[in-house]
Amino acid sequence: MSEAALPKQGVHSSGLAATLKHARYIIGENPVTGFAFALFVLIVFAALLGPHIVPYDPLASNTAMALKPPSRAHWFGTDQLGRDVFSRVIAATRLDFIIAVFSVALVFLMGGLAGVAAGFFGGWTDRIVSRIADTIMAFPLFVLAMGIVAALGNTVQNIIIATAIVNFPLYARIARTEANVRREAGFVQAARLSGNGETRILLTQILPNIMPIMIVQMSLTMGYAILNAAGLSFIGLGVRPPDAEWGIMVAEGAAFMVSGEWWIAFFPGLVLMIAVFCFNLLGDGLRDIVDPQRRT
Amino acid sequence: MLTVILKRLLIAIPSLIGVVIVTFLLTRALPGDPAAYFAGPAATKEAIQEVRVKLGLDKSLPRQFMRYVADLAKGDLGQSLTTGQPVVTEIRNRLPASAELTLLGLIVSVAIAIPLGIFAAVKPNSWIDHTCRVMTTAGVSLPVFFTGLILVYVFYYLLGWAPAPLGRLDIFFSPPPPVTGFYLIDSAVAGNVETFRAALNQLFLPAVTLGIFSLAPIARMTRASMLAVLASDFVRTARASGLTPFTVVVTYAFRNAMLPVVTTLGMVFSFLLGANVLVEKVFAWPGIGSYAVEALIASDFAPVQGFVLTMAIMYVLLNLAIDVLYGVIDPRVRLEG
Amino acid sequence: MSGGLPMSNHPPVPLLDIKDLTVEFSTRRGIVRAVQNIDLQVAKGETVGIVGESGSGKSVTSFAVMRILDRAGRIAEGSVTFSGIDVRAADDSQMRDLRGREMSMIFQNPRAALNPIRKVGVQIEDVLRQHAQADSDAITSKAIEILDQVRIARPRERYHAYPFELSGGMCQRVVIALALACKPQLLIADEPTTGLDVTTQKTVMDLVTELTRERGMSTILITHDLGLAAVYCDRVVVMEKGHVVESAVSAAIFKAPAHPYTRKLMRATPRPGVGLRDLLPEEALPADEPLFRHARPCAGHPGLGNDTKDVDGRDKPGHDSEPLLVVEKLVKEYPRRGLTTSLSKLFQRGPAPEPDVFRAVDGISFTIARGESVGLVGESGCGKSTTSMMVMRLIDTTDGAIRFGGDDIGAIPAKEFATLPLRKRIQMVFQDPTDSLNPRFTAARAIADPILRLGDVRGRNAVRARCEELAAQVGLPVELLDRFPHQLSGGQKARVGIARAIALNPDLIILDEPTAALDVSVQAVVLNLLQDLKDTLGMSYLFVSHDLNVVRLLCDRVIVMQAGRIVEQGATGRVLFAPEAQYTRDLLAAIPHPPV
Repeated sequence: MSEAALPKQGVHSSGLAATLKHARYIIGENPVTGFAFALFVLIVFAALLGPHIVPYDPLASNTAMALKPPSRAHWFGTDQLGRDVFSRVIAATRLDFIIAVFSVALVFLMGGLAGVAAGFFGGWTDRIVSRIADTIMAFPLFVLAMGIVAALGNTVQNIIIATAIVNFPLYARIARTEANVRREAGFVQAARLSGNGETRILLTQILPNIMPIMIVQMSLTMGYAILNAAGLSFIGLGVRPPDAEWGIMVAEGAAFMVSGEWWIAFFPGLVLMIAVFCFNLLGDGLRDIVDPQRRT
Repeated sequence: MLTVILKRLLIAIPSLIGVVIVTFLLTRALPGDPAAYFAGPAATKEAIQEVRVKLGLDKSLPRQFMRYVADLAKGDLGQSLTTGQPVVTEIRNRLPASAELTLLGLIVSVAIAIPLGIFAAVKPNSWIDHTCRVMTTAGVSLPVFFTGLILVYVFYYLLGWAPAPLGRLDIFFSPPPPVTGFYLIDSAVAGNVETFRAALNQLFLPAVTLGIFSLAPIARMTRASMLAVLASDFVRTARASGLTPFTVVVTYAFRNAMLPVVTTLGMVFSFLLGANVLVEKVFAWPGIGSYAVEALIASDFAPVQGFVLTMAIMYVLLNLAIDVLYGVIDPRVRLEG
Repeated sequence: MSGGLPMSNHPPVPLLDIKDLTVEFSTRRGIVRAVQNIDLQVAKGETVGIVGESGSGKSVTSFAVMRILDRAGRIAEGSVTFSGIDVRAADDSQMRDLRGREMSMIFQNPRAALNPIRKVGVQIEDVLRQHAQADSDAITSKAIEILDQVRIARPRERYHAYPFELSGGMCQRVVIALALACKPQLLIADEPTTGLDVTTQKTVMDLVTELTRERGMSTILITHDLGLAAVYCDRVVVMEKGHVVESAVSAAIFKAPAHPYTRKLMRATPRPGVGLRDLLPEEALPADEPLFRHARPCAGHPGLGNDTKDVDGRDKPGHDSEPLLVVEKLVKEYPRRGLTTSLSKLFQRGPAPEPDVFRAVDGISFTIARGESVGLVGESGCGKSTTSMMVMRLIDTTDGAIRFGGDDIGAIPAKEFATLPLRKRIQMVFQDPTDSLNPRFTAARAIADPILRLGDVRGRNAVRARCEELAAQVGLPVELLDRFPHQLSGGQKARVGIARAIALNPDLIILDEPTAALDVSVQAVVLNLLQDLKDTLGMSYLFVSHDLNVVRLLCDRVIVMQAGRIVEQGATGRVLFAPEAQYTRDLLAAIPHPPV
């Protein structure tokens, strides 16, 4: 459709420019979002390069150096096997980040598409999707994730799948509602009058209008996905020692908390918290950009 | 009102059916041979075959499901491989510990979150509003097991105010005679002040941990819905009629603002029941969560399945209670059904 | 018109005296002055209308008087004196005693103005108790008495009703009851009937007038509707952009409006005996305005605009007897609410009291000739929108036939119709110009959409040229074509919607309340544009509206609907000046007219 190219291009370029301008305004207005974004860049950096820039091998144990408190040589101290906690915390970023990104991408595809189809087409599609979502929602989500990982097998891949499944209802419902309110909107009716078929309407009219809301949701659930994965590995699911992962590191350090060696569990827990905090702030900031009315 | 409850019960039935189907499928989705799984790692081929027949795993899937449902109806959730006990018995014994902890955690968070959210909304941009905003954003970012460990370190190791995080009661005390299974209530019923205090001491940190965890969503929703209601037309009418700020906020705004908060409670329960597992592990709490975690580590699937099913049924019932509560507050639900 | 209160009865000091009032709002873009240096007096027993279009500051003024501005707003300058009390300086408890007891307010959207989960009787009691108007044992009977005074039938039962159980008009009566419970001296009515049907509007306004007059109260009526102000007010104050531009006795202001803005507003208000062209401001009439390129004398006789176009080269039937559109015994039924009904059936033994289906449209028949414009009029819920959606082929019919140019299009499922070539011959202009434009499409992209899908113009430049041609035709400056909807004004968005509708040279355009969301001056321009386009392009219109005055201006024939049925149809002049059905007469009688 070459004739469509001109106006479409217009949509994208000036739309993007306007969004960027708005984003700059929001960040200027709200330095917290700017801070969260900087933190996000740092997390991505650690996830990409982490294992190559840390001072010690995160897996190398050195019993002579076991349980040393934070010092100049070991910023975050060492654990019961003498491994450097700082190196392990940084190296763990990659695994946690991968879990979060993949599970969110997976649920975005599954839940988002199912929800949009349910909201737009209604009828049987809607009934089936809603029933699946309701059934998942009937479980306490973390408990269901435990059950799924226990049943599917104790691997990182299954943690990703479980996290995606428990988030499915959230995505499906948001996408369903957003598609549903637009199904009879004036501009969609107008598109029908212009000779657009239902599928084309879904792709050109509905989806582009829902995307921003879904992207905000992705940012908000990234934090939850990390918490979920860390929680699962804290109780011994998914990641196996000696792999470095924040949840399992807190679990390993838990026993030493009561005897005063606080740093083993403290630093991974702190970094986990900061990472989740960063995603939540970023999500709130993105929501302000996308939907200024829903500011809280 | 009775018809509302009956209708909600009818709506809860498909959820329960879904829950049963999913828990059934979870067992059948076990990697490899479920019979081998249930027979244990050391079982011989014959033993596995015996288990297969005993569990009905040689039958077709629908037949297996029928059998599963029949067992459920009899209250049979199978047996734990590690303890040899029927799963139902163990869950029944451990459930009060989990319930007492979860409910106390909820009470703590509601008692703090709702007033906080209301004051934040009534006085926007005041210090209490800023406190509320920081707490809600930070609160949802806190890994619950991490909060628990920090509290243990500070209050047990550093300050020595709290007892060791090892269960419901110090070993020097014996549990009160069981009435409800809740130590606080049972010891109060027995009039045993010492046991009551000891149980409260043990409960305090884990309950606060859960409270901090669930505080954020409740406070956030209270603030947001209170803000929305305060800006609504009918509050303006009430103000234009000269009603006092107290009447406007409490009689007009608060009850309306509670409607979305009650709905949020459903989600909060979902989080609480999950967080409960983690908190039980941190505080060595003898509830069903730690039972499930122990079984998970031992690859003992029947207790895990029983646990998931129990939690889901409890959650469905809690949601039912929330719907009924909603109907009590909102006449539109009550009268239109 | 102006009530029976002789001027000599006015006390020397007005009840309400606003002097040099300025109200500011602090927004993210800095301080905005919503109201600037206005003066306004209301004498005892007087009814004053504040008239203005949206954003003129009329509501803000009333909020400032009651001191219920929201947190961002504040009185920056000036004074408000209410029966000797300085409202600006009064402390909070003093203000509370004033509000509800001495001055009270009724609002737009009555349903939202009541606490949804509190019984209406109890809400009245709250006000009575606050102002110590009754002992606690007599308070219930007092509340019921007040409900009775606002003509609520069976007040004893309705005392226990929740707002959602009452109709919009009934809710507004409860709001009036709340406002008048403590017999205040001043009533501020802020658009009290906007959103209500015209017959309900009349009963509500008559009730307010009667009650306030009975008690010798003063009233401020805030409205965008000049007609309403003319009928119910002694004096009218006209506001524009935060300023008072004119203030005069209502009989005078309509006869001889002094300020140009008042004149423009006056002219733009549709009223009997006035043609479409008369709605436009005088200075806009010269022919060099692009809008009026094709202007012709106000024509619109059926058949006169006979098909002169044939741009698409499609087969055009000659002067056959079959009209363009024939609707026969059209029916649309909706099932009553699904789960709730089936569940309630489970619980209730015996036959269900109501049928399972609701007939939104109940066997209606009408025709539209080529080049004719037909008005479809009725109050909310009468089935006019459902009818238009069926003719538009956006929803399926339950029964009956829709024949368009000889084809029974009613038999084609709505889903399939979207991609048929017939689609381009029936188009629509939507009620809400904002809602009908995709927020992610530029104006050009929106106009191009039907051309790209169904048109025969091909190639990027040709499509663009066609868009520009259409923009010129609807008077949309070409440089606005690359803007997004949120960068356009309401009138500009309406033009984009119209350009899109005519892009394929349709034979029939359905206008679904195309001006309901627009200010009256913009409405005047859009109505004229629609008339010009019809004259130029020779289309037929089906104009769906609740407003008989507007329909009259544009339509050759009128169909009046009530409860899914047609109660009357005929030539516009005949239906409006010699209505046969009682319902049409009621409808006409309820419309407030400014004196011409």
